[in-house]
Amino acid sequence: MPAPLLEVNNLVVEFSTDAGVVRAVDDVSFSVAAGETVGLVGESGCGKTVTGLALLGLVPTPPGRLASGSIRLDGQELAGLDDSSWRSVRGRKVAMIFQEPMTALNPVFRIGNQMIDVLRQHQRITRRQARAAAIEMLAKVGIPAPDKRIQEYPHQLSGGMRQRVMIAMALSCSPRLLVADEPTTALDVTTQAQVLEQMVRLQQEFGMSMILITHDMGVVAQSCSKAMVMYSGRVVEQAPVTELFARPRHPYTGGLLASIPRIREQRIPELPVIEGTVPDPLNLPEGCRFADRCNKVRDYCRLAQPELKPIGRADSKVACYVPD
Amino acid sequence: MSPTDPAKPLLQVRDLHKHFPVSRGWLRKRAVLKAVAGVNLDIAAGETLGLVGESGCGKSTLGRAILQLQKPTSGEVRLAGELLSGLSGPALKRARRRMQIIFQDPFASLSPRRTVAQIVREPLDVHRIGTPAERRERVEYLLQTVGMRSNALNRYPHEFSGGQRQRIGIARALALEPDFIVADEPVSALDVSVQSQVLNLLAKLQDEHGIALLFISHDLAVIQHVSDTIAVMYLGRIVEQAPAMEIYRSPQHPYTRALLSAIPVPDPRNNRHRIVLEGEVPSPLNPPSGCAFRSRCPLAAAVCAEQEPALQPTVNDQQHWVACHFPGAE
Repeated sequence: MPAPLLEVNNLVVEFSTDAGVVRAVDDVSFSVAAGETVGLVGESGCGKTVTGLALLGLVPTPPGRLASGSIRLDGQELAGLDDSSWRSVRGRKVAMIFQEPMTALNPVFRIGNQMIDVLRQHQRITRRQARAAAIEMLAKVGIPAPDKRIQEYPHQLSGGMRQRVMIAMALSCSPRLLVADEPTTALDVTTQAQVLEQMVRLQQEFGMSMILITHDMGVVAQSCSKAMVMYSGRVVEQAPVTELFARPRHPYTGGLLASIPRIREQRIPELPVIEGTVPDPLNLPEGCRFADRCNKVRDYCRLAQPELKPIGRADSKVACYVPD
Repeated sequence: MSPTDPAKPLLQVRDLHKHFPVSRGWLRKRAVLKAVAGVNLDIAAGETLGLVGESGCGKSTLGRAILQLQKPTSGEVRLAGELLSGLSGPALKRARRRMQIIFQDPFASLSPRRTVAQIVREPLDVHRIGTPAERRERVEYLLQTVGMRSNALNRYPHEFSGGQRQRIGIARALALEPDFIVADEPVSALDVSVQSQVLNLLAKLQDEHGIALLFISHDLAVIQHVSDTIAVMYLGRIVEQAPAMEIYRSPQHPYTRALLSAIPVPDPRNNRHRIVLEGEVPSPLNPPSGCAFRSRCPLAAAVCAEQEPALQPTVNDQQHWVACHFPGAE
């Protein structure tokens, strides 16, 4: 088996707050193969976005810091890089797109100028060449009349178009890895379908790997080959997508899948729920962090945290003492 | 004429329009944005009408115009027979006791400077209902109803999670025992596991209190779960309306079909055919002639540009209404 493109080991990201230190990402390990799309799912505050930011050296420091762990991308260790080394990695080897394209684009510059800046940061090309490359990229992501659109400001574009511009910008230097943080969450469902389809197509065309951060299990099911489920800063389950949906091993994954409102043939009287709420990150329990909401909880679950361990024949792992 | 049962609905909306004047450019050319362009609706007591559509289709404006939070440009709104459109001052205030709204963002809709008790009590204060002791009792009862502990009373909204805040918003909406509630994307800001808790709560309360509910959402799966009837909106108009299960079983409007097919299904083995709509929603300042959907419709023909299709019952189902020249065509 070839070495994975990205290998993350025992990643810990901490934030200091007035009330104490919060571990937003707590001992997270995973790998992404070349050309693979991995879904990173979980609810707000589970640490999925911070994990993504850490891969680009974008954790705001202070208050945050990468406390320990290693991030190897394409043979290069990224943890501990200084600012100028990070700048040569970002955009060229790893790029990120964000949920809200309006805040990620600079409102006072034309989109063309923003794209040209990115291209010229990483490649020794003339402005004219960069402009031509930007137009070509905009056409690739499905923007009609790209030579006109390039003159426009972000506010003149619709949400779907802005997200396409972000994608075009992120892909313009052919990164090996794209981290996409809720790229379609702010879009309407018909636009979401268009953008997702486009992203998967481009990912194949560029042979790039992708980490898709989302709360939407439907998006994961349709776009990813492998998925990781995070809860309260930790990965609780990791499996090939077909396996994860067919046989969720962690009670949290099972509960999450059951509680998604989905279109049904028959109406059901009540939606299944996961009772309770996530634990306070400043006041975490000793044992399994899902214990208080788990319907399978045993006494020993509360004693120590379960480790992420292989389970079954497929390439699956689960952090649970009583997996399904 | 309206697609629902004419047998004395609690809420009746007839040919409702809400237009906004917009000035464009340095010549100040006046344009009119027709956010709601001729909507008819009926909702019976205890019934939920789900209103679904994409951002900018006018669904929130419709909800607000019904509640008279934004004065309709024309058309009629009747609540239990009383004409709301046209009411003002004390008469409108009196009518407001009977209708409430639950907002999408539980962070913006609760005042950060007031305690939970003050927030939930406010409608009782405004309408001078009961003695202070009675109000306090009622507030405690309401919080209990929505599943909050009584130690929440003297705390502030920021101390609660999104789901709990939405419960506080629901308690406030129930304070005056309204007959009619508009719930505008009430669970969109919540995580999935919390979303279903709040949806179950809403369904239970509506059942117990016999409230008529207008449930606005962009999420077709959520709306299916809560609604008796579903109306699909596009550019200010209702393009299809039918009993909830029926619209999923046999969608007649090409827009409804595209919407349904675009939802990501949480099942990796599902490889169904997707109708990916070309282009984007046209500007409501300059909608296409004839059928507003024709610019993105795979079925569009010459007649679609000339004539706006009327919302009318389908041939074999009087409950299923559609506004399309080629209903049900593939």
